[in-house]
Amino acid sequence: MKVLVAVKRVVDYNVKVRVKADNSGVDLANVKMSMNPFCEIAVEEAVRLKEKGLASEVIAVSVGPTAAQEQLRTALALGADRAILVECGEDLSSLAIAKALKAVVDKEQPQLVILGKQAIDSDNNQTGQMLAALTGYAQGTFASKVELAGDTANVTREIDGGLQTVALKLPAIVTTDLRLNEPRYATLPNIMKAKKKPLEVLTPADLGVSTASTYSTVKVEAPAARSAGVKVASVAELVDKLKNEAKVI
Amino acid sequence: MAILVIAEHENGALAGATLNTVAAAQKIGGDIHVLVAGQSVDSVAEAAAKVAGVAKVLKADNAAYAHLLPENVAPLVVELASGYSHVLAPATTNGKNYLPRVAALLDVDQISEIIAVEAPDTFKRPIYAGNAIATVKSNAAVKVISVRTTGFDPVAAEGGSATVEAVAAAHDAGLSSFVGEELAKSDRPELAGAKIVVSGGRGMQNGDNFKHLYALADKLGAAVGASRAAVDAGFVPNDMQVGQTGKIVAPQLYIAVGISGAIQHLAGMKDSKVIVAINKDEEAPIFQVADYGLVADLFEAVPELEKLV
Repeated sequence: MKVLVAVKRVVDYNVKVRVKADNSGVDLANVKMSMNPFCEIAVEEAVRLKEKGLASEVIAVSVGPTAAQEQLRTALALGADRAILVECGEDLSSLAIAKALKAVVDKEQPQLVILGKQAIDSDNNQTGQMLAALTGYAQGTFASKVELAGDTANVTREIDGGLQTVALKLPAIVTTDLRLNEPRYATLPNIMKAKKKPLEVLTPADLGVSTASTYSTVKVEAPAARSAGVKVASVAELVDKLKNEAKVI
Repeated sequence: MAILVIAEHENGALAGATLNTVAAAQKIGGDIHVLVAGQSVDSVAEAAAKVAGVAKVLKADNAAYAHLLPENVAPLVVELASGYSHVLAPATTNGKNYLPRVAALLDVDQISEIIAVEAPDTFKRPIYAGNAIATVKSNAAVKVISVRTTGFDPVAAEGGSATVEAVAAAHDAGLSSFVGEELAKSDRPELAGAKIVVSGGRGMQNGDNFKHLYALADKLGAAVGASRAAVDAGFVPNDMQVGQTGKIVAPQLYIAVGISGAIQHLAGMKDSKVIVAINKDEEAPIFQVADYGLVADLFEAVPELEKLV
């Protein structure tokens, strides 16, 4: 079966972002960009399905700027067979991205679509669920284990109280949690080979998708800074401060 | 203008997260209706009817809604949504699971994890792991919003007298089914709602050493959390994880023990009122947000702290 994996280019998770002085957004000029960590886990899971002989082809897709080709090449180096970039300049909403992915799903007809549960920039946690709604497929979100059996996917999900297992009819949408797997590193030979793998570039217009959104960002601010605290010398002093100064115990 | 709040519940009891979500709805203004969807939810609907500020409770009691499977719950919410200006759900794992599906079916963008209401169409929400706060405006006909519960003080669970109305609609998409669950058992308060949280990180060295934190937590009536490092190393189960990808907490007192304070962990706890850090590395970033820092070996400091409180 075909597996589609969606990946997003985001600011590297180790970067401490700074809000622009005009409050229009976050300053991303000359900041290190990477594949969203949850998307890496999605790619790894798809490649493992292929290695187990359960998936015949792994297609990586990204909806984003021209530079997102770098992240698609990374996915190819990790083991995806080919890649599709739906190129668009502006920052799209999760719904617009889900619509673009729906068009790609219609075109490619995968049995399984794997996405990260959230992107670490917008922190929305929406796209996979929205894609499931638009395609009418079942969804297994926040997955920490995925098992395929015939036309069913058994997905173990991380929920607030522990773990929950659901059985989904294929085709289905799965979004990854951090504990699903440990992504591998791309080796140099694989990075070289990835340069020769096919990468198709489309636009939302090619796919007949509208990128209109029902919301707008008014401003972006830095969060209130915490005032510097004090260092205490002993446990006794700490207890005293908590009891008499902060009055929290 | 009326607002639909989708209730969070478990084991026949209304969850606290619902009360914070009703509080957010009150900030928006308008009649507040609460939807209780599930199987055998009479007691939940009764509890929801008593919540202060709730005008009406809609009860959708059907086997298809058990465990709030999104494939079945989303069409139900969509069917009801046309009568409302806003649909709100708490940003719990359940809310995060079904609500975007609702939004897409309504063809509107969802606003995730709001922490403040500026106007009925304008909200504040954290982005980049809480390192920036975005103010967003929605022009959707039905505004679909998930609520970060720590951003709103809960309304009173008693004092309301709403009417309960049964919703007949049964949607069973037949796409998914519940197989089973493994819930972590604990006598301590729920992590997301606790007044005091004691968290351990990689510095705990192993799962057995968490007993020091449990002893301290029991003395303080606190919940116990963990950093991702502690969860990944297998010291504790993942539902204890605090951070960008785990639970978001904002207790009165947060005690971070053996936690360095990575961006992803701070995202989950930096709105705590008072933060205490116990770490032997005085350069650890956690000290930059801690109100009280103690540079010490946690294996000496924690037992001593337990004795003194």
